[in-house]
Formats: sequence, C-alpha cells, structure tokens
Amino acid sequence: MFDKTLSAGAVIAGLHDGMTIGIGGWGPRRKPMALVREILRSNLRDLTVVAYGGPDVGMLCAAGKVRRLYYGFVSLDAIPVEPWFRKAREAGSIEAHELDEGLLQWGLRAAAMRVPFLPTRVGLATDVMKLNPDFRTVKSPYADGEVLLAMPALNLDVALIHVDRADRLGNVQTLGPDPYFDELFARAAARTYASCEELSERLDLKYSADARFNIVERSYVTGVVPARFGAHPTSNPPAYGWDMEHLKAYTTLAGEADGWSRYVADFVALPEAQYLERQGGAARLGSLPPPVF
Amino acid sequence: MSADFTLAELLVVAASEAWRGNGELLASGIGVVPRLGASLAKLTHSPELMMTDAEAYLVEEPVPLGPRGSYVPRFSGAMSFARVFDCVWGGKRHVMIGPIQIDRFGQTNLSGIGDPFKPKVQMLGMRGLPGNSISHPNSMFVPNHGPRVFVAGEVDVVGGVGYNPARWPQGVSDRHVDLRLIVTDLCVMDFGGANHAVRVRSLHPGVSLEQVRAATGFPLEAAGTLPTTAGPTAEQLAIIRRLDPHNLRASVIKGNPSAFAPRAAGKPS
Repeated sequence: MFDKTLSAGAVIAGLHDGMTIGIGGWGPRRKPMALVREILRSNLRDLTVVAYGGPDVGMLCAAGKVRRLYYGFVSLDAIPVEPWFRKAREAGSIEAHELDEGLLQWGLRAAAMRVPFLPTRVGLATDVMKLNPDFRTVKSPYADGEVLLAMPALNLDVALIHVDRADRLGNVQTLGPDPYFDELFARAAARTYASCEELSERLDLKYSADARFNIVERSYVTGVVPARFGAHPTSNPPAYGWDMEHLKAYTTLAGEADGWSRYVADFVALPEAQYLERQGGAARLGSLPPPVF
Repeated sequence: MSADFTLAELLVVAASEAWRGNGELLASGIGVVPRLGASLAKLTHSPELMMTDAEAYLVEEPVPLGPRGSYVPRFSGAMSFARVFDCVWGGKRHVMIGPIQIDRFGQTNLSGIGDPFKPKVQMLGMRGLPGNSISHPNSMFVPNHGPRVFVAGEVDVVGGVGYNPARWPQGVSDRHVDLRLIVTDLCVMDFGGANHAVRVRSLHPGVSLEQVRAATGFPLEAAGTLPTTAGPTAEQLAIIRRLDPHNLRASVIKGNPSAFAPRAAGKPS
C-alpha cells in the first residue's frame, strides 16, 4: 500500500511564496499549530491566508508572512480580539478581505464544487462590498430578477488541518463535537495536509466503529503528519482544552516592543519536541481542561 | 415585581422580551445579559425556543453560565457551526448581540473604529453580522448608551444591514431584514418609527426621555406615553440567579447599581 506520512518540515518545504493557504479549525480551536509553527520557522512569505482566524493568523501576521487575509473574524475567544492580528490591521500591513463567517464558507463551497461563484444575499448592503472591491453581483435569470452577491470561489493552493486520528493512507477522523469547516477547506484545496494526534497503519482495522468521524475522503488528503498535541495552544476537544495561560502571555507580548522576537526565541526557534517539553510535556498538555461557557 | 433588583437583572428581563412569541427559532444571546435573557424567555413565556449549550449541541434546559459544578447539560440535538449557518440563512434564528456602533438605520458594526482599510481600533471582524441581519430577526444590547455607540452618521464599518435606503439599490431584497429590540442601560427601543426609525418604547426607572436623547447621536422617536421598563418578578429573579450562579451579571454595568439608583443626568459615555 502507499504511505502519505510526511514530516512537518517536508510539508512546508513543498510550499512556496505567494501561495493561498487555507487553515482549518475555528478561532482558538483545533488549529494545525505544529504546521503553522513550521511555516514560522521557514522563509515563506507573501501568503494569502483564508481562515476562521485564531492564533494561527495572529502568529503569521506577527511574523510578516501574510500579504492578504480572507477572514470572518480573528479571535482567541476568551481574549476577544487576536492581539497580533489587531496590530497588523492597525498598522495597515495586510490586505484585509473581511467577510461574513457564512460567506467564507460559501466561497470554500464554490471552490469545492468547482464553480466560479455561488449566489447569496449575505454581504449585500454592507461594507463586505467595500472591503472586497472585486466582488460582483449577479441578477437572477428567473422571474424574481433578484440581485445577489456572486461570492467568488476561494480556491486554495493548500489546506492545513489538524485531526485526532489519521492513517498512512490519508484517512482521517476528528472526535470533537464540531467538525468546523475542515471538510470544505480540504475540498477547496489542490493539496491538503493533516497533522494528527495519533497515526495508525489502518484506521479501518483499529477504529472501524468510528468511521462516522471521518470528515473528508482520503482522496482529498495529500499528506499526514504525526503531531501529538499539534493543536497547542488551541484546543482539540475532547483530548485537551486550549492553553489560556500561554495565550495570555502571548497576548501580553503583543504590547511590548520586542514581543514577537521574544516569542520566537522562546517558542518558535526550537524543534517541536522541545516546544512541547517547554509547555510541560504530555503530563500538562494532556490535562488542559476543555473550556466551559 | 420584586422589590429590589439590580439594573442588570432588569436588563435581562427586558432582553427576554425580544424572544416572546418567536416560535421555534434558535435563540442566540451573545454575552451575559442576552444569553440570560434568551434563557429566561425559554423558561418562562416561550418554551418552544431552541437553544444551544454555547458550543455544539441543542439543549431543552438552558445551561447555567460559567463553571457548572455538578450540573451536566443534557443534549437534545446537534448544532455545529455549519448547522448554525444553515439556520441563519434559513431564517430560523433570532440573535441579540452587542455591537460597538449602531446608527439611525439600525446598521451595526463589530469590525472596528475608523477607516476599515487601516482601522484606528481593530475589533472582531464582521463575524456573522451580514448574514444574521439580512436573514433573520436581530436585536441589540448596549450596556453603555451614549453617542459613541449610537453614532450621528453611519457606523464606521457596516457589518449588520439596516433600513438605509441608499444601501438597497433596485433588485436587492431586504424582505428578511427584521430588526427588533435595542435594550440599553437607559431604555428599550425598537424600529417602529417612521420608515423604521429608532423609537423609544420604555424608560428604565429614573431615566427621562431627554436624557436618552442627549445620549444618542441621532434623533429618536418616542412611542407616546412611555412606560417604565418592567423589572423581574420574584419568579424571574429566582430563575436568573439559578442560571447565573457566579453572578457574572454583576460585572455588566459598572458598579452593579440597583435598578433604582439615581442616574447621573446627561453624562454620555
């Protein structure tokens, strides 16, 4: 059989400047942070990023990797506005394509369906049109003649997602209560890489009863990367909650002149295994409690 | 009405009225007062409302706020974000949020202050405002009624649509736009004025219409003789306390005043 296993380094080495990268998860939830950290360690630049943004987007902005950003929000949830995203926006250093959350999904769906656009009312009569000057409307060809937004396909060169389980064939499972939009990110992308908490030879042989947790077919998964705790500091329920202590310290650094270089020195410029050790290792990471609302 | 209650508790009751008689809609209250208001509505006058655990499941019993101790929510259905979008676009939801700006047309802003291309202050982003506002009923909560929230012109970034004719060219349909209540720390308003103008419906204890007008950046209509906003009954108060065991509502209004505390006149925030 074939084997889609890759290292994070190999995944990122296969990307190039100017690419459009979609990142799965939602805010501070189930983000492929091990892969994001590998981008931070690389020389990649001029990226177009599409995401329901959390610290993934904040860190890529802080590192100067983002040229263009498609987003509905960028938030750490308990910390409502992502601090490094806020800095980048207030400095005017990124081309911000602010969207409605559902509209972002619609653009991914258009890409997944390989059509140039999908119609919707959402975004009309708002400044979505101002912040996305290339958006056009379309008139219904039917008797109603309604004018709708033609939400363009958000075609991704690459999607990065994080899952609980994967096998060498590219089958993936997520066990949390909400799959978010990872399926659509994968379908909208030419290539998708999934980091995983647990890599198996064959999910069918090990977790056959859990096949309903499979969010997208393996034909959409280009490579799988073993990355236990690879969503840290974001949550991956039910395995672990987000690391609010880490996110608070990260937020505090955004208010300091050399904040980002200090964050890089402490948490980026080191191998992933060492990063996890510095966070308290499996003992602490595995016991981060899920958030309560 | 119970004899003694806080302004925040009165606001919860006022907020709950937004969901009265809505039918089987998903009641989404974003923030402490709106969430308590939606929960109170479901537990009193509108049991048919749908509600989530604020994460990914539907519940028939509203979940108390904050750490739950021995309380374990019981789930009646699933409500992933994808399904929330489906409910939004299908019109099966009524949300109450706290925008950072609201204008005379009911247009709302959660994105930021200043030029949207280089904001003076970046906030959350559009989130779901464009879709919510053009698809299903919407209400608003403002804990600091003042001209910086109720702005004179248009909001700096229009996230939520409103009744601004200039933004509805020929062929663009506003038929599902349905702005309901604005609950503030001074009063309750709706969009029942001429051409959907914002209109005061009731005043909180000790607040005058002049005071509300002075704290609003645009002209306000008034619905005839204005009643005093009703506070909680003893039964409602007991439900609010049970739903908010950590008293998160005490931090909504500065100083957590009694609903009857004297107001500093004409002090717009």
